[in-house]
Amino acid sequence: MDQTSADKARIARQFIEAIPFSRALQMRLEEIGEGVAVISMPWSEMIVGDPTLSVVHGGAVSALMDTCGGAAVMSHPQALAGTATIDLRIDYMRAATSGQRITARAECYHLTRSVAFVRAEAWDEDRTRPVAAATGAFTVERITPRDGGRS
Amino acid sequence: MRSPRPPEPVALIKQRRDSTLAALVGAVPYIGFLGVTFDRRGDELTAVLGYDDKLIGNPLVPALHGGAIASFLEVTAIMELSFNMLWDDVEQGRIDAENLGAATLPRLPKTIDFTVDYLRSGLPRDAYARARVNRQGRRYASVHVEAWQDHRQKLFAQATGHFLMPPRDG
Repeated sequence: MDQTSADKARIARQFIEAIPFSRALQMRLEEIGEGVAVISMPWSEMIVGDPTLSVVHGGAVSALMDTCGGAAVMSHPQALAGTATIDLRIDYMRAATSGQRITARAECYHLTRSVAFVRAEAWDEDRTRPVAAATGAFTVERITPRDGGRS
Repeated sequence: MRSPRPPEPVALIKQRRDSTLAALVGAVPYIGFLGVTFDRRGDELTAVLGYDDKLIGNPLVPALHGGAIASFLEVTAIMELSFNMLWDDVEQGRIDAENLGAATLPRLPKTIDFTVDYLRSGLPRDAYARARVNRQGRRYASVHVEAWQDHRQKLFAQATGHFLMPPRDG
């Protein structure tokens, strides 16, 4: 990883770790750089969606996928600054096992001047059987002098 | 000639329907975590996402987190399906609304897939959503959800999801 990529990864890490909703879900950034991000989230009682099996709600998995997708875009060597989700589709392949940490890995596999295309996958402690897969499109934000460099 | 049965007191009808909704909402911890409540008019539900600082995704803008929006829409879709599923059983007395709890509730629908369109950024204030069941079979259902903030006609997000319905008796 060259110096620019390392800086980009550091900035992305700081930004992601400051996101209130991700903090509320206790997300942890595991890896980031070169358009790939890995983020995990612990099981907890408060994010249960199906009380009979204590299974995590699909919405919490969506939040993990969305955060991970955005992080992947921000860490892409050609991306400039922040990003916003245009659309995100999640396929729920199986219920995550109760009590287990969920980990997502997202990859920004194509970037145009305006759009970043992302694929992601999530699994629990059994890495061989994914719990969910996602595909999404994200905006590529431009840094302009008028808004002081904010995205 | 038989005299018609007197109409059921309106307070009783409302209590039965509100109890059913409260039992469903109370059974799902994630709904409480998000801070979603439901307004009911007859069988029409409006989900309300009460604003909270923890729902923010980009503190610089600030805007609601895409994951919080997706969660809100999915919660709304599942509640619409679950409430519809229970409606007839409760109205016709096959299920007693007053005794509905985590142990007696039927299994909830399971999400197969869920696609969210983010139409504009979510402002740091309350949001509302309504779901429409476009197709409901014995096993599969297709649901569309619309979410707005200040103006009903100006959606800030919409979603379509497919759901696996729990097996029914009979």
